[in-house]
Amino acid sequence: MCLAIPGRVEEITSDGVIRMGRVNFGGVVKRVCLDYVPEVEVGDYTIVHVGFAISKIDEQTARETLDAFRAMGVLDEELASEEEVLARAAARPQSPCPDGSCSISPQVPEPAKN
Amino acid sequence: MKYLNEFRNGEIAQRMAREIRQAATRPWKIMEVCGGQTHSIIKNGIDQMLPASIEMVHGPGCPVCVTPLELIDKALAIAAQPGVIFCSFGDMLRVPGTEGDLFQAKGNGADVRIVYSPLDAVELAAKNPDRQVVFFGVGFETTGPANAMSVHVAKRRGIKNFSVLVSHVLVPPAIEAIMSSPGNQVQAFLAAGHVCSVMGYWEYPPLAERFKIPIVVTGFEPLDLLDGIRRAVIQLEAGRHEVENAYPRIVRYDGNQAAQKLLAEVFEVTDRAWRGIGVIPRSGWRLSEDYRDYDAEQRFQIAGIHTQESALCRAGDVLRGAIKPSECAAFGKECTPRHPLGATMVSSEGACAAYYNYGRFISAEELAGAGSRN
Amino acid sequence: MQDTEKAAPDFSSWSCPLPLEGYPTIVMGHGGGGKLGNELVEHLFLPAFRNPALENLGDAAVLELGSGRLAMSTDSFVVQPLFFPGGSIGELAVNGTVNDLAVSGAEPKFLSASFILEEGFPLAQLAAIVKAMAEAAATAGVKIVTGDTKVVERGHGDGCYINTAGVGLLRSGLSVGPHRARPGDVILVSGTLGDHGMAIMSVREGLEFESQIRSDCAALNGMIAAVLEAAGPAVHAMRDPTRGGLASTLNEIATSSGVGVSIDERALPVRPEVHSACELLGLDPVYVANEGKAVFFVAPEAADGVLELLRAHPLGRDAARIGKATAEHPRMLVARTQMGANRVIPLQIGEQLPRIC
Repeated sequence: MCLAIPGRVEEITSDGVIRMGRVNFGGVVKRVCLDYVPEVEVGDYTIVHVGFAISKIDEQTARETLDAFRAMGVLDEELASEEEVLARAAARPQSPCPDGSCSISPQVPEPAKN
Repeated sequence: MKYLNEFRNGEIAQRMAREIRQAATRPWKIMEVCGGQTHSIIKNGIDQMLPASIEMVHGPGCPVCVTPLELIDKALAIAAQPGVIFCSFGDMLRVPGTEGDLFQAKGNGADVRIVYSPLDAVELAAKNPDRQVVFFGVGFETTGPANAMSVHVAKRRGIKNFSVLVSHVLVPPAIEAIMSSPGNQVQAFLAAGHVCSVMGYWEYPPLAERFKIPIVVTGFEPLDLLDGIRRAVIQLEAGRHEVENAYPRIVRYDGNQAAQKLLAEVFEVTDRAWRGIGVIPRSGWRLSEDYRDYDAEQRFQIAGIHTQESALCRAGDVLRGAIKPSECAAFGKECTPRHPLGATMVSSEGACAAYYNYGRFISAEELAGAGSRN
Repeated sequence: MQDTEKAAPDFSSWSCPLPLEGYPTIVMGHGGGGKLGNELVEHLFLPAFRNPALENLGDAAVLELGSGRLAMSTDSFVVQPLFFPGGSIGELAVNGTVNDLAVSGAEPKFLSASFILEEGFPLAQLAAIVKAMAEAAATAGVKIVTGDTKVVERGHGDGCYINTAGVGLLRSGLSVGPHRARPGDVILVSGTLGDHGMAIMSVREGLEFESQIRSDCAALNGMIAAVLEAAGPAVHAMRDPTRGGLASTLNEIATSSGVGVSIDERALPVRPEVHSACELLGLDPVYVANEGKAVFFVAPEAADGVLELLRAHPLGRDAARIGKATAEHPRMLVARTQMGANRVIPLQIGEQLPRIC
């Protein structure tokens, strides 16, 4: 549940009853209800679900989260080669039954791989 | 798109996956509650990146899947009435009722329209005063504020030809029901990030404490999901059972106060039937007394609905994580995406549809592995 | 919310202007084959589609096609709204059939155009559509040589439906077809994906949004001829990914040829705005319709050459190599995701619908 995407508030208006705005999602602009995010101003980023902004994106926190993500596992990279890791992950096909309990007949495997 | 693409970085994802592989020393079953998270996991192949010992159990966080059959049948009955414009989110259009779905109803002449926002339905009502506009208000807490606002606006503008068929469901009671069900194997939860952006996450510590499970508020992009899973695994390995917020750029402990205020005004908690699971007490919302006039069930008084769930369908067991889709006798035979028996085969993030589409693809590796484990 | 480009007909040259000027909309009589119908042909269709075969106004057009094998294709066009950013039902009707012929390895030559109009449909809109068809036909180098008009009662049609059928001459020495892809073939796409479908969405009632997205509707026969000229037998399969998008086309070829298809999602060319619009509505660009793109399965040794050729063509500037056919996972389309994992992309059941979940 909950397809909500981040967008930048370009304009704030009122339709007489509720606070509305125009929000820019990477070049696509949509009219959005901003009544639930009174603290949001033009230039702020907000997360929008079915035409309603439900939360302001805290940009500072977003940056901190990204920095933390970027820092993850960086030291370990010296131990395993990047290619090795990527190759292993890429070669693994998608399987919904990691414990092999699927009763669906599998494809006959190809003996040779590039 | 800013604040989206950065959280889809493949290199960082690989590193995070490695961290999870290193952290996990034992098998764990983690449930992500939200259908949107399931969709993202499958679309990005997140579950493939995890070690085989970590199993993601896809939870009932898909309003499409859990909307009671009776309500679908009521929706179909209302849509078929002359003069009705029936508005819905796209997700609901192919969910099978006892006889057909909304898409087929449209084909039979019903005026069924897809809208992006419930406010669009209110506008339609304003523009078509001689028609009855009904909006199919499904969703979890995330969609609550939107649906509440639509009714609130209709009331304030004096728009009388608008009503909502309400089928709201709540996450914390679902978690409770799952954890309490006999044979439950779920050991940790990824709480739905956008639900929590509205409601906060103050409801989860009592659940974590009572059932001794870690609950991690998680987002939807690959890096967010991997981080949520990573934190859950670390807690599981350490024997901790706390509530963590892995989506702090959007979610705050108290949630959205403005939204909660209107929700309290427009909705009240009620018992709800979850398709395939049964009635979970106090697990849904219905319109409050002040707004009852806008309730489509009341306005249309549909009687004589004889719901009949397919006897073969085991969607409920799948939704609770009790069985895998492949363990259902009808899976792939009587029940396929083209001819679904239940909602979990219809919805793009329904576990059954996912297994059907992806289960055909098993490599030699997996085969060999499976062979040796038998 | 329709972006209608109205080109009002110039009634001054019409021999019997009164009936038409008195009826700025289509009436039942226009489909009757009588005076009103003739007015339409003489003053709207003929001037627009001007060519000798049409002007004979026989029951059938008599054509010279040369010797060789013929290809024939037909398609009906029922798009709503009729006018959208980047085009209209008119261009679609011409280019759609031209492209079906072109991807079959034929040089499109002649088209028929049949209209089913709803009583009350504004003449000005019909004129705009016909003008667009004439321009598209001229650009594609094809002639519209025969046609028909029928009118249905108000409420029994969406304004305007068009059917076009086309014939073309097959190039000799070619054996291109969806069943001819082989393991090892390189898969090329001629440009960005999802433009048309999202342009339609942007003006679709209930879902509309503001953007610069325009339909990519275009005739591909020139670009394809250049590719076949240069690479000929090295091109094993060609398709234009219309309804159902790239995913449907690749699945069809995979099934037809019995090969597996493996693509890299990072290589798929998608305009940022199209990507954003898809995110907004919960749609996957691989399933979104295109009307001016082609997919090629090319023998590996010829791939670089074809790619360069495409990029040199105005319609192929954003051409890209997106994957290959393989002997593994036959009849399945598998994509490497941005995360480095694999996902199967199945055939969609029905139209992709916007979602909130």
